[in-house]
Amino acid sequence: MADHAQEHAHDTAHAEGHDHDEHPVDNFWTKYIFSTDHKMIAKQFLITGMFMGLVGVFMSMLFRLQLAWPGESFPILETFLGKWAPDGVLDPNMYLALVTIHGTIMVFFVLTAGLSGTFSNLLIPLQIGARDMASGFLNMISYWFFAASSVVMLTSLFVETGPASGGWTVYPPLSALPQAMPGSGAGMTLWLVSMTLFVGGSLIGSLNYIVTVINLRTKGMTMTRLPLTIWAFLVTAILGVLSFPVLLSAALLLIFDRSMGTSFYLSDIMVAGELLSNQGGSPILYEHLFWFLGHPEVYIILLPALGITSEVIATNSRKPIFGYRAMIGSILAIAFLSFVVWGHHMFITGMNPFLGSVFTFTTLLIAIPSAVKAFNYITTLWKGNIQFTPAMLFSIALVSTFVAGGLTGIILGDSALDINVHDTYFVVAHFHIVMGLSAIFGMFAGVYHWFPKMYGRMMNKTMGYLHFWISFVTAYGVFFPMHFTGLAGLPRRYYSSAEFPIFDELHDINVIITFFAIGGGIAQVIFIFNFFYSMWRGPKAPQNPWRSNTLEWTAPVEHMHGNWPGAIPEVQRWPYDYSKPGYEEDFVPQNVPIKKGEHAH
Amino acid sequence: MTGIITIVVLVLAVITALQLMRVFELSSKARKQVEYEVTDRDNNYQGWLMLLFGIAMIVSLFWMLYAWLPLTLPKPASEHGVEIDSLFKISMWVIIAMFLLVQPILFYLAWRYRGAKDRKAAYYEHNNRLEFIWTIVPAIILAVLIIYGMTTWSNVMSPKNEKEPIVVEVYAQQFKWIIRYAGEDNKLGYANVRLIKDANVVGVDTLDLLSADDKVASEIHLPVGRPVLFRFRSQDVIHSAYMPHFRAQMNCVPGMTTQFQFTPSVTTADIRQDANVQAKVARINALRTEKGLESYAYDYLLLCNKVCGSGHFNMQMNIVVESEEEYAKWLAEQKTIAETL
Ligand code: HEM
Ligand SMILES: [Cu+2]
Ligand SMILES: [Cu+2]
Repeated sequence: MADHAQEHAHDTAHAEGHDHDEHPVDNFWTKYIFSTDHKMIAKQFLITGMFMGLVGVFMSMLFRLQLAWPGESFPILETFLGKWAPDGVLDPNMYLALVTIHGTIMVFFVLTAGLSGTFSNLLIPLQIGARDMASGFLNMISYWFFAASSVVMLTSLFVETGPASGGWTVYPPLSALPQAMPGSGAGMTLWLVSMTLFVGGSLIGSLNYIVTVINLRTKGMTMTRLPLTIWAFLVTAILGVLSFPVLLSAALLLIFDRSMGTSFYLSDIMVAGELLSNQGGSPILYEHLFWFLGHPEVYIILLPALGITSEVIATNSRKPIFGYRAMIGSILAIAFLSFVVWGHHMFITGMNPFLGSVFTFTTLLIAIPSAVKAFNYITTLWKGNIQFTPAMLFSIALVSTFVAGGLTGIILGDSALDINVHDTYFVVAHFHIVMGLSAIFGMFAGVYHWFPKMYGRMMNKTMGYLHFWISFVTAYGVFFPMHFTGLAGLPRRYYSSAEFPIFDELHDINVIITFFAIGGGIAQVIFIFNFFYSMWRGPKAPQNPWRSNTLEWTAPVEHMHGNWPGAIPEVQRWPYDYSKPGYEEDFVPQNVPIKKGEHAH
Repeated sequence: MTGIITIVVLVLAVITALQLMRVFELSSKARKQVEYEVTDRDNNYQGWLMLLFGIAMIVSLFWMLYAWLPLTLPKPASEHGVEIDSLFKISMWVIIAMFLLVQPILFYLAWRYRGAKDRKAAYYEHNNRLEFIWTIVPAIILAVLIIYGMTTWSNVMSPKNEKEPIVVEVYAQQFKWIIRYAGEDNKLGYANVRLIKDANVVGVDTLDLLSADDKVASEIHLPVGRPVLFRFRSQDVIHSAYMPHFRAQMNCVPGMTTQFQFTPSVTTADIRQDANVQAKVARINALRTEKGLESYAYDYLLLCNKVCGSGHFNMQMNIVVESEEEYAKWLAEQKTIAETL
């Protein structure tokens, strides 16, 4: 505790602009573990997120084996799953558990905490010109909630009855009744505990981000001079603050139903031959609460990736981002609309058909700001001088997947069409491409781009290229074919399609998908290797390796508390003055004063 | 033993990778340039790869459409299904067209403007007219789709009935379906999970006179050309009654009743004569004989499409669509509740 107090006092000292050289030497604990420095916390989020990502992707490789060759024996399954894969044949309950935990980990742990936790923490103070987050202490707490929730989630893999298995949406009554499936026992309890911790951490983090962006911008950093990354992080945080509490309430009511005999979600149930006394509840209530978070959640995942892409595409096209204000406008429009579309996940729950029409309308509206964003990215490339860094490649890939996945949303958002494709592999294809791939690509782009800022060293470009191409090709290879199995009527969350002769002819497609999945999964080893190798052995980073305009590149390469020695740079212009006529260089950092007679943006 | 081999292979792999990195580094040092810097040569290569990828993507899209579209669901077997399918086709054409417009442009631009040392990018930050156009054009296209979609949806969900629909209850439980026909009066008697006892598997209230003529069945038979109103209930968890050949689906939610109505338009016997269906069945049977499985005849299906536990993947029931007479004959053979209890 004494350490924290000291750290804290110290940060305040920074804010007041005291001398920095007399900083006491950090010990291992204060530097790496209980750090309140936003740069270190960003790295903690990143490493934890990456680890969870490996677990999640590995799970998908395991269950893809079962989907391609149902009922066949794979010794690797028994090695990892033990009694859940007797003789190497995956147990149906374990299949559902793997899918559930895979989904949960990817959505929440990798692409919410791992992505926005990493880059909001790293970039908000550095790009707005602040010494640190508004509260370093709360920031640390937010990471520790996340770490604790990760530990609980991973622990749940080892309980006797298996982890939660009702799908990442954990709809009751299935998730409420241990009699209904083994995963709804202790595993589900741990899932709920883990998510409660997660929401706690996420809320603390988000509030901190919002306060920091609003209050701690350096002189001259008006809202319309903010890089689009910061806009994206700010809006994401607001979405999180408004929607995560609703998930928490859904989870709490579920906890009550599970352990205190309440009936919020339960009514008229007989399960495994046992008649329950619960009456009057409605599972539909849970669905409303869940999706009120759930849909904004997909934008919580996506917006930071889009923000990162805006920055990377502009920098590496050596061109201003096209339509800066339209980009902000569309972020805001998407954010607003994302709160009024949740019903598109519930078209066939028996809701009033009129409501279905309303949700179709609002859902298809979102396509408009999304289209604007896509077109603006594309126009930014036009007449650019494109530098293909690995980050740039991933950003272009993001635009491609965002378009490809967004388009199928037009089918799913249409209530009449959703009747027949709801919960089929068409949906799996859609959300993986538009949300999973886009966000993962955005995250990779961010890592490649800001690695020098995080570790003071450069990642290996050649390996980056290799990693990119294998990932990009296999990603489409995995998810594009799923559209077709979906249109053939194959439901998702099926342990095996072999019970239905009509799906027999989809076998080839499933094998292809699995090969791509395994290839793509293994390719991530290249990334992991590159990451750790470069962290320790990579060449030292120069001050501004990508010749970028934003403030973080004016901070010294060697990290320091408070980010800048001496005064914080003052902002004189917007962040996208690339290739501006009248300048020798093709970039003009934000702290360079406007010349006489120069037209400011 | 395998353990040791695995470890040795892993160690060797890491060593190889480390050596490779050294080679990268030394070779870039020899060329007097830092490895991470993007050269004109890189831009050229990557630009071409982008273009290549774009082309490959379009080609493989067409290949997939050619090879896999025939594997998708055959023509709809219900009246509203035709409507849904035409909406689907139009939406699909729109999105494929957009895909074919936008993706090539993206990869083309990436290639066309690949960087070079002696080039300078244009300073081009916005253009209100362009932005207006690509806000308005998608808005118009979407408006058309929205209106078309909403009309279809309300036609499907609130059909106008010329004939009185046959009422059929679909009762879901882990992991099977039970069907209850409404009988002579075409009205389902009251039922509740609390009344389930022995042979009374769906929990009908025997005191409710409406229930006496209800009939519990283990297969769905439907007369062609008559609207059928399905009422869905669940005994335990949420299931979803998915009848893909009819383009019909509705969740079965414990504690409440949901419904969906459609009119089957093609009998099972007729759909088996459909050319596409016959080709499909032939392909499937070729695969099945290869694996030594019994041969397959095409049937309409009811599947569970909301995860409901370990047996979720095998919760199915056949649906037979037949002529009025065949249907009447089949139904007459089924016992009423009054008779069974
Ligand atoms: C190697 C990469 C991946 C593969 C091969 C893969 C594959 C799959 C498959 C086959 C399913 C099961 C579909 C079903 O039965 O319903 C699934 C579910 C899911 N995946 Fe992935 N996935 C991958 C990456 C991702 C990523 C990046 C995300 C991030 C959004 C993600 C999120 C999900 C979610 C949310 C589910 C739904 C889980 C559920 O049904 O409860 N996956 N994935
Ligand atoms: Cu949604
Ligand atoms: Cu079911």
